Amino acid sequence: MSNRTFAAITLGVAILLMVASRVVANDYFLSAAYTVLQFVILATAWNVLGGYTGYVNFGSAAFFAVGAYTTVFLHKALQLPLPLTVVAGTLVAGLLGLAVGYLTLRMRGVFFAIATLALAVVLYTFVVNWDYVGGARGAYIILPREVPFGLPRYIHLLYFAMVAMAALALIVARAIETSFIGRGLAAIRDDEVAAECAGVPTLRLKLFSATVSGALMGMAGTTLPYYLSYVEPSAAFNLSYAVNSIAMPLIGGMTTWLGPLIGAVLLGTVQQVVQVTVSSAWNLLIVGVLLVVFVTLAPNGIMGWVDAWRRGRAPRP
Amino acid sequence: MEFSTALVLNAIVAGVLLGGFYAAVSVGISISFGMLDVVNIAHPAFIIVGSYIAYIVNDRFGFDPIAVSIVLSPLLFALGLLIYRVYYVCFERRGLESLRGLAFFFGILFITEVALVLIFGVDYRLVETRYSSVTLRLGAVDFPLRLVVPFAVSLAMVIGLQIFLARTFFGRAVLAVAQDQLALRLMGINPVRVKEFAFALSIATAGVAGAFLIVIQPVQPAIGREYIGLVFAVCVLGGMGSIWGTLLGAFVLGLAESFTSTFFGPSWAPAVSFGTLLAALAFRPSGLLGR
Amino acid sequence: MSRLKSWLANGLIALVIALAGSAQAQQPLKIGFGMSLTGPLAGNGKAALISMQIWAEDVNAKGGLLGRKVELVYYDDQTNPSTVPSIYNKLLDVDKVDLVVSGYGTNVIAPAMPIMMQRNMVFMSLFGLNVNSKFSYDRYFQIMPAGPEPAIDWSRGFFDVGMSLSPKPQTVALVGADAEYPALALDGARANVKRLGLKVVYDKSYPPNTVDFSPIVRAIQATNPDIVFLASYPPDSAGMVRAVNEVGLKTRIFGGGLVGPQFASLRTQLGPLLNGIVNYESYTPEVASKYPFLDQFLAKYQGRAIKEGVDPLGFYLPPYAYAMMQVLEQAIRATGTLDQTQLAEYMHKYEFDTFVGKVRFAKNGEWSVPRMLTVQYHGVAGNDLEQWMRPGHVTVLYPAAYKTGDVKTPYQDNKK
Repeated sequence: MSNRTFAAITLGVAILLMVASRVVANDYFLSAAYTVLQFVILATAWNVLGGYTGYVNFGSAAFFAVGAYTTVFLHKALQLPLPLTVVAGTLVAGLLGLAVGYLTLRMRGVFFAIATLALAVVLYTFVVNWDYVGGARGAYIILPREVPFGLPRYIHLLYFAMVAMAALALIVARAIETSFIGRGLAAIRDDEVAAECAGVPTLRLKLFSATVSGALMGMAGTTLPYYLSYVEPSAAFNLSYAVNSIAMPLIGGMTTWLGPLIGAVLLGTVQQVVQVTVSSAWNLLIVGVLLVVFVTLAPNGIMGWVDAWRRGRAPRP
Repeated sequence: MEFSTALVLNAIVAGVLLGGFYAAVSVGISISFGMLDVVNIAHPAFIIVGSYIAYIVNDRFGFDPIAVSIVLSPLLFALGLLIYRVYYVCFERRGLESLRGLAFFFGILFITEVALVLIFGVDYRLVETRYSSVTLRLGAVDFPLRLVVPFAVSLAMVIGLQIFLARTFFGRAVLAVAQDQLALRLMGINPVRVKEFAFALSIATAGVAGAFLIVIQPVQPAIGREYIGLVFAVCVLGGMGSIWGTLLGAFVLGLAESFTSTFFGPSWAPAVSFGTLLAALAFRPSGLLGR
Repeated sequence: MSRLKSWLANGLIALVIALAGSAQAQQPLKIGFGMSLTGPLAGNGKAALISMQIWAEDVNAKGGLLGRKVELVYYDDQTNPSTVPSIYNKLLDVDKVDLVVSGYGTNVIAPAMPIMMQRNMVFMSLFGLNVNSKFSYDRYFQIMPAGPEPAIDWSRGFFDVGMSLSPKPQTVALVGADAEYPALALDGARANVKRLGLKVVYDKSYPPNTVDFSPIVRAIQATNPDIVFLASYPPDSAGMVRAVNEVGLKTRIFGGGLVGPQFASLRTQLGPLLNGIVNYESYTPEVASKYPFLDQFLAKYQGRAIKEGVDPLGFYLPPYAYAMMQVLEQAIRATGTLDQTQLAEYMHKYEFDTFVGKVRFAKNGEWSVPRMLTVQYHGVAGNDLEQWMRPGHVTVLYPAAYKTGDVKTPYQDNKK
């Protein structure tokens, strides 16, 4: 399937989802879906650098928060509307990805992971000390009572935005995966030294991958201030973003665009359901157990399982 | 901000004492991550487990928490053995990269935290020892025993570990397994046994560090998450696989934190600490004393 | 009577009872909320939940509200603001609750506000500092007795006490954790300091997970402040108090906004280290006479809290969590309806009689008169809990109507 066809299908599904939401006008479903879609974007974004290239990013929260705080800053300084803040946040996060990549991608994989962790802490500290965006006090984004496009409530608009962004993320991820860039990244993932020797421009590809990954993660965070109306650093930099963005591709499968989608939908939905049923510490326990179980029994994720099953059934020559 | 001598001296002492504590907390990672390449992100969870064990015994019987943790360290050692067994069977034997082990340990981190919440509840716990409120004063410099005692024991533990690793047969086997497993096999030693032992040792140190933690500050199950960054930072800054490096890294971070807090603004301390780490990674990735 | 007749009679009685019972067994009256049952503020969240459950039981024992049984529907918000929108959407859309109240703390109240405003729901909230100043929502009500200008009123008592000293203090050190409540409290403190014309000689904050606070205390001491105002959460409250005692802080008044010394765990663990500290409390046995009926509730609460491993004193949130539900209960009984417009109107207009005294709301939903007590701890010896259950260790300094004694100064001379 060509990328163009894939893009068309994805956008079609996205539009379908948007239309469906006007029929099933249940705000709870929309806010739960918002969170799950947010994780679809985060997982897909993480996977570009983590699954395709083999560099584990521990600081997803940093890029996500950069997206969120860019929105806060621009909303406060210039009162920019939602679409512009989304674009701006994505760009800033992408730039951050580029900068971080340049600084750290020369290091061996595991050091890169530690560096991203350190980055998250440094950024968190900066935000806490930055009074203009509220610092530790937090920043309020007061939504106007009037919702644009005549939608009944803001959550509808945010849902639309998330669906569109998730579609975009998937299209971009698949485009990378199937292009020559993707092959280069896979070569880096499998054996960087060999790739370098074979003439793959490893640094340039890694920087590209880091930029795209960072940009998409930032994109996921740009609507958070509108969703919560109140952003404070420990919410934006929450550990759950980092953990989930690693866990979801792991559970779903890291080699294709489909894995993070499956992982995010599965784990995200479980989390949403557990949050409103079990309603206590069992919540975290279930996530932890799922992580352990999946990672031990299905090391290549669900896609890996599916692949193995298909291979098992292929006719032998 | 005036730089009075007393202030500077106290900042140095505070930084060194803090560094001693950080070293205890991180030396386990130095072994499991630095030498065995196991990304044990659940290490802080075991520290908290150690805190709670010390708390229970102190609460019930009044024994000193640090002494308790040392006496009961075989418990955590055994736990470490068990966890490594599972880790090895599921991951290492299949030759998979450390990422999956990472996810596994994330899961363990959460499961441990939840188990603690279910058993002990979410309230903060603290222990009271005979030296908790005692401060020695040498001239203008304060030595609060609440920090000095963990510092002293930590130093003993870290130095003891270094001696063990460098001088004893089994210790050298651990260093060897980090460098060349095949050679080790050729010498008739089972590297898996060695790694298992080393990992269990790292968890045992976590337990003792947990006792230090609860002597120094109140503990609740979720606190482990705040130490994830720190333990890896100390290990990497000091140099992977070097115990002296971990000690040095811990002191560097402790002093950075102490000086920033005293003279510039405590808010910036994490940025300074982790910024130092980033700089070190960018310019000297093998760490201060790394191989 | 013949066998048949007695059977018929019994059958008739049973039928009548069953019918009466089913008339009572209507839809329960559901009150929904998120609450911190895990995460850093879970200790308080669970204490509040127990109080609200006791209220529900009390109300149901009296026959329910509007003839319906009261049922609490709640979910764990994990002290994480990102969970709040979906929790409240579920409560309103799926569980179809009749009323909502908030969770505990500014950072879980604020994200719920837009939803409340869109649905025009009355939003009774539990201990969030100054949330409504940005939203100006006319159906927001706050049970925390900070006063009509919460951020400033929060520390007003502390600074009033400070200015009552003679000679008048001149310099102030402000310090607190980098988290929303301390940051807001410090903002309010700055406003008070400006109003009183004091000089700020130290104004810094620290990361909440700081391990050793002594460098901070030393830096403060180096500026020789007359007043030291601290806004902190339990772990750093404990850390700062220890550090202050280890360094031997010398100042005239120390304290102000520490969260933590109100609870049993910190009181027993810090014990005599608390002596001399001026802090805020929402309730203390010294003023029990002004809070009639509260001791019955506290006895019930304390019994359950011990079983569930939650703060066994219950002097901080529990009385106010219960009062919050009482306000709603009285508004519903008075108006006889669940209509949010009528309830909001009623709640703005009238005064309520609760276990924490008379409650009246200002236009912005905050209390019209502050009632947070500024206190000083004294005479604490040892680490047992018993001494705190009776009066004797807490002097109430402000407001005037509750005052039981004068402040003792300087701080370093009053650590007994």
